[in-house]
Amino acid sequence: MSESDSRATWAASASLAGGISTEVERGRDELAALLAITLNVNGRLWHLEVDTRTSLLDALREHLRLTGTKKGCDHGQCGACTVLVNGRRINSCLALAVMHEDDEIVTIEGLGEPGDLHPVQAAFVECDGFQCGYCTPGQICSAVGMLTEVAAGWPSHVTADVSSRQITLSGEEIRERMSGNICRCAAYPNIVAAIRVIAQGAPE
Amino acid sequence: MTHLNAPAQGSPDLSMRIEYWRAYPALSSPDVRHYGQPVALVVATTFEQARAAANLVDVEYAGAPGCYDFAACQDQTYAPDALIYGAIPPDTSVGDFDAGFDSAPVRIDVRYSTPYELSQPMEPHACLVVPHGEDLIVHVSTQIVDAARSSIVRTLLIDPERIHIITPYVGGGFGSKLRIHAETILAALAARALRRPVKVALTRQQMFHLTGLRPTSSQRVRLGAQRDGRLVAIAHEVTMHTNPRSDFIEPTAATTRSLYAAPNRLTSHRLTPLDLPRGEDVRAPGEAPGMLVVESAMDELADALGMDPVELRIRNEPTVDPEQGLPFSDRQLVDCLREGARRFGWERRPATPASVREGQWLVGYGMAAGIRGHIQVPTTAQVRLAADGTAVVQTDMTDIGTGTYTVLTQVAADGLGLPPDQVRVELGRSEYPVSMGSGGSWGAANSSTAVHRACQALREKLVAAARNDVRSALHGLDPAGAKFSDGIVSIDGVSEALSEIVARNYPDGVAADGQTPAMRDDPNYADYSIHTYGAHFAEVGVDADTAEIRLRRMLGVFSVGRVLNAKTARSQLIGGMIWGAGAALEEDAVVDLRSGAFVTRDLAQYLVPVHADIPEVDAVVLDGYDGKANVLGAKGLGELGICGAGAAVANAVFNATGVRVRDFPITLEKVLPGLPPLDD
Repeated sequence: MSESDSRATWAASASLAGGISTEVERGRDELAALLAITLNVNGRLWHLEVDTRTSLLDALREHLRLTGTKKGCDHGQCGACTVLVNGRRINSCLALAVMHEDDEIVTIEGLGEPGDLHPVQAAFVECDGFQCGYCTPGQICSAVGMLTEVAAGWPSHVTADVSSRQITLSGEEIRERMSGNICRCAAYPNIVAAIRVIAQGAPE
Repeated sequence: MTHLNAPAQGSPDLSMRIEYWRAYPALSSPDVRHYGQPVALVVATTFEQARAAANLVDVEYAGAPGCYDFAACQDQTYAPDALIYGAIPPDTSVGDFDAGFDSAPVRIDVRYSTPYELSQPMEPHACLVVPHGEDLIVHVSTQIVDAARSSIVRTLLIDPERIHIITPYVGGGFGSKLRIHAETILAALAARALRRPVKVALTRQQMFHLTGLRPTSSQRVRLGAQRDGRLVAIAHEVTMHTNPRSDFIEPTAATTRSLYAAPNRLTSHRLTPLDLPRGEDVRAPGEAPGMLVVESAMDELADALGMDPVELRIRNEPTVDPEQGLPFSDRQLVDCLREGARRFGWERRPATPASVREGQWLVGYGMAAGIRGHIQVPTTAQVRLAADGTAVVQTDMTDIGTGTYTVLTQVAADGLGLPPDQVRVELGRSEYPVSMGSGGSWGAANSSTAVHRACQALREKLVAAARNDVRSALHGLDPAGAKFSDGIVSIDGVSEALSEIVARNYPDGVAADGQTPAMRDDPNYADYSIHTYGAHFAEVGVDADTAEIRLRRMLGVFSVGRVLNAKTARSQLIGGMIWGAGAALEEDAVVDLRSGAFVTRDLAQYLVPVHADIPEVDAVVLDGYDGKANVLGAKGLGELGICGAGAAVANAVFNATGVRVRDFPITLEKVLPGLPPLDD
């Protein structure tokens, strides 16, 4: 069935009941402001045309089909959409795709894949750091970004000596720094265990 | 699409016993029954356009007064006339509660309240419907495939053969995805009308009014005991909110009936109709709020008696189910209590509340017992062996993070004597044999039993074929002693590859079905009281100046029959325990009493546990095998971790501070007024 046929069907069924067909048709034909952009995601350049309102999260999922990054709240409150931008973790739901043309974006797919897992991914599997898995890409990207922050000596709310450049990644530090990533299955103890495996393997 | 042009839809058939299978019409009436109810669907070619267009819709409402205040509407409270889930009586009475309670030398009579809580899985409720001719391919995040199909069929008034459900992975459910909601019906209606794929995803905020709401409750618990701690009377009376049009009864007092011995007993469930979203099953429906309160009240009794709370529970251990009089299939509650106390270092518990201080922290220990019924539901699975000796398991069972793929792979590999990498498990499609999906902790044990039975049937077919096959090394041998291991079938030292038997006798492969019967068709469930058990221990610190509560550690020891997978079992139990902690200290959907809106309708305001809230948590499972439950000896455990966990935390707060908060969650402003005076 062609598109015009289906529109006619919808208009007919809509007008039967109360005459909202005009709005439906106009909505279908209206063109949004599209912008041609290039995103550097997982080491590859992607050319796409996006609505200027498209979040980085929706660009990744709906345009690039990188559905590993998840939408949990679309509101910056749950962390499921965490990706790495120039090595730093951000909530991709709070960023517009058009703002990130010159950035290096890494998603869960870019960290590793089955058979060639990133060490943090492997540690999550080993420690059963997930149940339903929906928050997991965000947890893992967040953990990778967090470990970089610790290596750079960034203090947190629970760091005893904020002037020290040497952060000891205690369980308390991990929990504080990972609290932007909610896990409703509550795999928290196992997630912390997975991150500890990585932290303890890293040079002091 | 609005109620003005939405197609005619079926109405929910209230005589259907389990509501998840009923119709779920949307946009079917101009009447708005509660805040947040969908009034229009806007479909566009992109998400951005649809969102912008939806924001342009102006809705005018003719306001009407509503009842939103649970406490203020108690005069509307009534007794439900139906069984809970069509099976559990709302009220029970044994002996003479009033006389027993009046005669008891030590009495506790307390009223607790629990808030509105929500499932809120991380994956929002979402549905993509793709029309294919007259058929609808429905990609939906749901816990029960058969219920989703039934609900769509009965709402859209469509031939069941036209609906195809696909849900291979579910990003958490916790009860809210037991049934489909408006997202699925709206997507299906629109896709059918437009003859194009339509995707509808609820926003996180919408989920607070449309999915997975646990009723608020007021619970009165009365415990009458002898001075030695023996209970003579137990009453657990629950009032909760419901919807004015159809009752939802959470079985909050139901498990109290099987918990402790006492000759005089009373339980009841009452409903208060409010113009709020209807209650639904949220993880551990019944036990989550019920055990939270009963096990807090037991702590109050221990305190009144001056008795160790662990000892009080052991002293009230029944020998048979105290209401039904049935023997227990396998009850190891006392073992859980003793093992938990030993591992936790319970002997270091401060005997006097508010007596231990470490710097700014008041430190306390708490414990609680846990119990949950095990449920058996009809489940079918098919196992097919290919000529190359690999197996495929198919059932419409789901994996909601519970490890179904893993567990069924193990069970089939074990049942056929194959390496796990020779087994593929396929779940979550309506073309597969019907199960009751994931929910009520029944998924793993019931689907594993069905897969095990299918494997048994396959083994019988194969050894019978080999026995009658002159080309087989096993020709003529007695199949009774056949062993299946590592892809080899052997009888009395003679062996042959499983794949050879299949290839020769069944070149196109061979399949067998396995079934798990309903409880009513399994005499064990009439003859025995079949439950799982646990003992929870928690340590908290409470800031002496601010009453900030910090959980320091939690331990649970559980008895669940046989464990199918130790790693995933422990993970689920830990997750449940943390849900218990959240219920004790955090979760609270607050109602705007002017509009009936939940004002805490996002994940920044409806507080759920985050990393920083949760310390070391450990779960230990006792070795076990409950042969009355099923052939595998396994029982459900996905919800057991919650049952009682919150009470252990609440009791630790009391032990730390001497303050008993009976209005959950326990937040600092409720504790602060009761704290000891500040030091200099």
